[in-house]
Amino acid sequence: MIFEAMVEIRTRPGISDPEGATIESALPRLGFGEVSGVRVGKAIRLSVDAPDEAGARRRLASLCDALLANPVMEDVEITLMAD
Amino acid sequence: MDRSHAPEPAPGSVAGVEETAGVAEPLHRALGLTDEENEAITALLGREGNELETAMFAVMWSEHCSYKSSRVHLRRLPSEGPRVLVGPGENAGVIDAGDGLALAIRIESHNHPSAIEPYQGAATGVGGILRDIFTMGARPIALMDPLRFGPLEDPRSRWIFEGVVRGISGYGNSVGVPTVGGELVFDPTYTGNPLVNVLCLGILPIDRLVLSAASGVGNLAVLLGSRTGRDGIGGASVLASAGFEEGSAAKRPSVQVGDPFEEKRLIEACLELLQSGLVVGIQDLGAAGLTGATSETAGKGNVGMDVDIRSVHLREEGMEPFEIMTSESQERMLAIVTPADLDQVMEVCSRWEVRASVIGKVTGTSSLRVLDGWDGPVLADVPALALGEDRPLYHRPLAAPADLDARRELNALGALRAPGPGESEDDLKSMLMDTGPVWSQYDHQLFLNTVVGPGSDAVVLRLKGPGVNSVDSDPLGRAGSDRGLALSTDGNGRWCSVDPRVGTAWLVAESALNVACGGGEPVALVNCLNFGNPEHPEVMWQLSESIDGMAEACTALSIPVIGGNVSLYNESAGVDIDPTPVVAVLGLVPRLERRPPAVGLVEDQSIILLGARDESQGPGALDGSAWAARRGHRAGALVPVDYEAHAALLGLVAALAVDGLLGGLHDISDGGIALALAEMAVASGVGAAIGGVRDHAELWSEAPSRVLACTADPLGVLDRARAAGVPGLVLGSAGGTRIGVEGLLDLELDEAVGAWRSRLSG
Repeated sequence: MIFEAMVEIRTRPGISDPEGATIESALPRLGFGEVSGVRVGKAIRLSVDAPDEAGARRRLASLCDALLANPVMEDVEITLMAD
Repeated sequence: MDRSHAPEPAPGSVAGVEETAGVAEPLHRALGLTDEENEAITALLGREGNELETAMFAVMWSEHCSYKSSRVHLRRLPSEGPRVLVGPGENAGVIDAGDGLALAIRIESHNHPSAIEPYQGAATGVGGILRDIFTMGARPIALMDPLRFGPLEDPRSRWIFEGVVRGISGYGNSVGVPTVGGELVFDPTYTGNPLVNVLCLGILPIDRLVLSAASGVGNLAVLLGSRTGRDGIGGASVLASAGFEEGSAAKRPSVQVGDPFEEKRLIEACLELLQSGLVVGIQDLGAAGLTGATSETAGKGNVGMDVDIRSVHLREEGMEPFEIMTSESQERMLAIVTPADLDQVMEVCSRWEVRASVIGKVTGTSSLRVLDGWDGPVLADVPALALGEDRPLYHRPLAAPADLDARRELNALGALRAPGPGESEDDLKSMLMDTGPVWSQYDHQLFLNTVVGPGSDAVVLRLKGPGVNSVDSDPLGRAGSDRGLALSTDGNGRWCSVDPRVGTAWLVAESALNVACGGGEPVALVNCLNFGNPEHPEVMWQLSESIDGMAEACTALSIPVIGGNVSLYNESAGVDIDPTPVVAVLGLVPRLERRPPAVGLVEDQSIILLGARDESQGPGALDGSAWAARRGHRAGALVPVDYEAHAALLGLVAALAVDGLLGGLHDISDGGIALALAEMAVASGVGAAIGGVRDHAELWSEAPSRVLACTADPLGVLDRARAAGVPGLVLGSAGGTRIGVEGLLDLELDEAVGAWRSRLSG
């Protein structure tokens, strides 16, 4: 079964995020002074062939560990959409 | 020897910090202090330290900040010289380069952070070393990165290698300081523990030299740069503490993220402050964060300081005082300014978009006090000097390996058979590596002063102020001068595992010779001592021997050691790395009228061997060589350096390099004559045919004090050699499509080029 998945990778809370901070510092100048707490991460779309949802999650989790994210500084959220 | 970058907890311990649930372990032990150290703290304070005070001592007395295992040995290094303005102990060593200019240089390691998060580990290593340089009032003009990884066939080593290179280029290219070279070595000894060393060189008008001491009661301590977050709080030790149970320890990050654009603003703001005479003292925040910066500035100035923890700009809410005082958030500086200058300081910082806030006041006491609000309760009160001056000093037991004598007898020449047909060609191909794919990711031409970039024996830069903005006064003017500087970093764990003392002496000799190949006269050396676990007596023996070898070579060649860094606990799975001291020799090029000869050959020119041949002929000729190591042989005894002969060679080579007599030049080191010749051939695409090499021992020997030179005027070069008292011998000539050594080696040039190119890309 093919599962469409979205992997969202965020730096863990407390880790410095220069890109987010730069965006946030530009916001007041553009009239968005009410916006705060900007954090920049990345989202990756992919599909995985697995017998079931749990299996798909397991494979994606180990893929994230091996390549997409560094667990020392990043959190990963996997969202599955059964096809 | 000074602290200044992120601590290096043992690999794995940062990520794998366990949440100590039990309360059985006393706080000081959880923080990494021994019982004896805790008793010493109690004696210094006249009472037990509280949590915050104990945490401050723990970071300052860590191996990384205090050099408690190595200091006793480092004292043996010669650090005096006519050009030395600042020796070990400050943020960087500084030499007088003449013409009113000074050069500041420092090297340090970021091994353990890079093992855990290669990109950020390497990037923050670059950021930290830059701050050490501009803290001295110098504009950073060059970065170099000696790198050592496990074999590329190991996927984790490849991941670390690629991340580190991207981190160096990502930070260095963005901050606008050229990365001009370094080293790249792959060896199984570094598989679990890569070595990521980073060097920075800066230039300054001598009268701008600033030291880090605070002075003047009533002066203010201004924190510049990034907000303070929970980055790398005291390394792993504090994280594991049961005493600080606010939230889950595991959620507190230990990885620091670099921000090169913030750093660029800091460089410009700090240099403007220093140039305008607006600061009394300045110190970067590295390992031990605010604790380190405040105690060191106060301690060196023999004053006290009150620090208001509430005035520190924080990135997160709910930070504990110990977190604020030990955070290792990047891109921060502490400036000591007079109250009268404060408005101007704030104006400069605001113009460069650098956050600045008064967080401390210099007091007439000798205490460093941490306050919760200027009039609030005192959270910590320690003698400022106690954190630094009173740090522990250990004479750790050291012991030579039990089989040392037996191993010294095992010379490679006797133990290994001579190569059969085709074997030498395969050996050579396995040693060739084109490092271009790495260097090409570094911008090495920023400031347009780079005369010889990465991939040569020595980096050569024009000696002049970069003049990129009005902040820099340039005594030489923008037209520059015909003077230059040459720089080389060198390490060799293989030599030093065979003999740490002579191996380190070889390194000093090689680095000086590399500098001579760039036309430079060596004037100073800095070192980065990468060793294993100091609690292993054999590792302490290696460190001690290595320092003795360095002291001997530096004394004999009159090269003062003006700074250094010690990185211990480089081990994985209980196995120590090969002892890997890395040295960097800085040289001055008196006249730089033309580009020094490249590592290359010119068609039809003669190839000359300069230097004594005896060293490469004795029974120890192959000991420590790459050739022997490829056959699993790592024993024997290295040939001692003949310093008198080496000094003569240095003078001859430096003179030949600048006067246009040579078409190509390369020192003989790793891989012996064979690899030196092949590297010259593949780099220039010109073959070579030489003879006169007696046997495979001479072909592969890595004995010191020899170079290969390529020249159109062999008689002229031999005359010069004779006058300098250096033996010289014409071996053959350049040209053709093969690399040939009569009776010993014959390889198609194209095949060598293929092997050279495919090593990194393959």
